[in-house]
Amino acid sequence: MSLRTQRLVYLIAAVVLAAALLWGMSGLPEVGDYQGPYGDVLNAVAVTERHAVNVVAAVTFDYRGVDTLVEEYILFAAVLGVAVLLRAQRDEEERSLDDDVEGRRIRDTSTAVRVIGLALVGLHVVLGLYIVAHGHLSPGGGFQGGVVLATGLLMVYLAGRYVTLRRVSPQALTDAAEAAGAGGYVAVGLLGLAVGGAFLLNVLPLGTPGKLLSAGTIPLINLLVGLEVAGGFVLLLSEFLEQTLIIRGGPDDES
Amino acid sequence: MNLILVVVLLLTAATGTAVVRTRDPLDQAIVASFHGLVLGIVFTVYQAPDVALSQIAVGAVALPLMIVLALTKIRGQGR
Repeated sequence: MSLRTQRLVYLIAAVVLAAALLWGMSGLPEVGDYQGPYGDVLNAVAVTERHAVNVVAAVTFDYRGVDTLVEEYILFAAVLGVAVLLRAQRDEEERSLDDDVEGRRIRDTSTAVRVIGLALVGLHVVLGLYIVAHGHLSPGGGFQGGVVLATGLLMVYLAGRYVTLRRVSPQALTDAAEAAGAGGYVAVGLLGLAVGGAFLLNVLPLGTPGKLLSAGTIPLINLLVGLEVAGGFVLLLSEFLEQTLIIRGGPDDES
Repeated sequence: MNLILVVVLLLTAATGTAVVRTRDPLDQAIVASFHGLVLGIVFTVYQAPDVALSQIAVGAVALPLMIVLALTKIRGQGR
């Protein structure tokens, strides 16, 4: 196909697509115009039924808690897949954990990056814990807070070296945290089954709406999800870092 | 539609185009991170703060990080 024909085909396709998009978007309801009944029902009943001020959390961790359970296991499986793909192959050998080992050609991290990284570690940990703990009160929760917590550990790597990251977050502990977070969610579900007769039934005391300890199982699940997500992301991060920093050899590596 | 919505939607279009127009993958990861941040603002403006937080965590932090780490690995091999 000549360049001219290609351009012609592209132009026709672009015009048709643009027209279809405009046609479709012209029929959309106005911003803020809500039609469906479910949102209104939930807004009316969620706080009285579940004592969760953040109705979104009541939906994701209670009414549709099973969906979130599966979502958590999607992340779990993805992290597992990366760990399997990036494991040390037979023809690769592990280098010393020390970044200063002979033959490392990585440029030194600038002092500015180190200082800012160090300053951000504490902020990230506090913000992450806050977002995890207040999932049932304000926007956020285990998933978002977990990623922020893991970012705090990334800052540890940026401020120090890979060994520093390993020292504050040993492999065994990270694995255990991820597994405990994933398994704990199911355990909370089974608790509901045992006590109340339905999987993931909110059987813990509901408390006063708006208080930190309220909404029954929702903050507990948030905590477990936060543990799983933070552990999973740190695991992802260290698998990649190990690949680039430690493992050498293999057919393509001539270093 | 109010002015803020128009501004953030135009900004999304601009950063989205910038991601496509950036050719070097490493630069692209940084631009994609910025695009993810702008999408987070869009969700905030549409009053979905929960989604906005997820978007910023995944789109602006996790995704670019994975791309950068993968690129480092690939470039380390090519040398």
